[in-house]
Amino acid sequence: MGRVSVKNVSRIFSKKEDGSGTEALHNISFDVQDGEFICLLGPSGCGKTTLLRITAGLETLTSGEITLNGVPITGPDPKRGMVFQQYSLFPWRTVIDNITFGLEMQGIKKSEARKQVEKYVELVGLRQFKNSYPHELSGGMQQRAAIARALANEPEVLLMDEPFGALDAQTRNVLQDELLRIWEQKHVTFLFVTHSVDEAVVLSDRIVVMTSRPGRIKEIVTVDLPRPRSRTSQEVNRLRDHVLKLLEEERFSK
Amino acid sequence: MKINFIKTIEEKGVEALSLIFAVAIWQLAADRIVQNKLLLPSFYDVVISFFVIVKNGLLYTDTLTSLLHFSIGIAAAFILGIPLGIVMGWFKAANRALDPIIEILRPIPPLAWIPFAIVWLGLTHRAAGFVVFAGMIFPIIINTYTGLKNVPRVYVEAAKVLGCTRNIDLIRFVAIPSAMPSIAAGIRIAMGVGWMCLVAAEMFGVSNSGLGYQIWHNYYLHRMDFVLVYMLLLGFIGLLIDRFFRNYVDSKLLRWSSGTVV
Repeated sequence: MGRVSVKNVSRIFSKKEDGSGTEALHNISFDVQDGEFICLLGPSGCGKTTLLRITAGLETLTSGEITLNGVPITGPDPKRGMVFQQYSLFPWRTVIDNITFGLEMQGIKKSEARKQVEKYVELVGLRQFKNSYPHELSGGMQQRAAIARALANEPEVLLMDEPFGALDAQTRNVLQDELLRIWEQKHVTFLFVTHSVDEAVVLSDRIVVMTSRPGRIKEIVTVDLPRPRSRTSQEVNRLRDHVLKLLEEERFSK
Repeated sequence: MKINFIKTIEEKGVEALSLIFAVAIWQLAADRIVQNKLLLPSFYDVVISFFVIVKNGLLYTDTLTSLLHFSIGIAAAFILGIPLGIVMGWFKAANRALDPIIEILRPIPPLAWIPFAIVWLGLTHRAAGFVVFAGMIFPIIINTYTGLKNVPRVYVEAAKVLGCTRNIDLIRFVAIPSAMPSIAAGIRIAMGVGWMCLVAAEMFGVSNSGLGYQIWHNYYLHRMDFVLVYMLLLGFIGLLIDRFFRNYVDSKLLRWSSGTVV
């Protein structure tokens, strides 16, 4: 189960030298249902990554609270998996050993862990490359492996910080489809940060659109369209148009 | 077999020719022009001297003695240097506490420690090892420290969200492997410095055997052909150690970063 609840979250980054502060997030609240796919969308610098990092436990908040199934988040935990924008596979471990990393940390023996993660290697289609080192893989394959690594811990929530941001457009589309397939199979709650409207519309159940700094919630757009979604259907286009307008308002309101 | 031989000649022909040419010039210059065994022993003299020390066994005892000194130094430098570098690279407070001490001791040339090596440890193998250690410790500390300092943040964060949160685990599973290229480079630099210190330590009478000692000893006896044999031996053994280490590191420790230079 992965019910995330964000309550009145604010985050101020203060500078040491003069005591001045930058407000990154301002009073953000929303709830994420178990198994829901949520995209966080907003202009760059709006604090969407900060919000995700707080949820991961890698960043602290100034006020408010984020809970997972009612339990406040205080630090990193394998229950909340994360996929980073940068390539984050450990280059000194092979693909399979990257994927077993989380299980090894739980004290499971390497040979046993390898057996257990086999299905995740299958799931992301990397069986052929499981003994390769990350530098031998393409960017798309590296992100696939990173997704498998996060899934291997069987997290309740998967936090994704623009995971396809560094990939080319075609690879991106392929991975989006694969991600949806994985989401349907694994029944995990997804929190997905992106700056791509297309990506948000294709992937999510709801899009949390944020304002420019300090980040507030501008609107939560429900994407009530059946999957698989065509990228060019009329409804998708209309939705995309709506979200783009929201973002445009942000650009001009400054 | 024959084909292999021909292939080797084809591949390494230029290198071999160049070496043969250099030796020929040396032999000619020594034999025809200088004609003075003290100023320049010929290649032939050196080969003869080499067989002399092979025959009387000095080659083995001196090589082993030198390797013993070197091993004592390298072991001590490892045991102290790598943990120090790790602690300094990972914990800021440790770095602040230790850095001033290291920065003051580091510029002291290792050979300046020879008097104290003798006073503290006497004319023993350990004294020679200490001088080697003095030369090796700082490159190892500095490179280990740098490697730990430069662990990309994303690896640490990735490990944390995967359930690796204790410092000891982060150091073991993330920081050390990530820093390995830098640590290995430090060890390699240190071995070069240590090898130099070894010769100097043995020359200055810290020991009464060893390759460095023999250079000095034979110089007193004006047997320059033997001096040259020991010089060449030092070069070859140094080269072998470096090659061996590099192969080991490339094939075992750094297989994942093939393409990068250690």
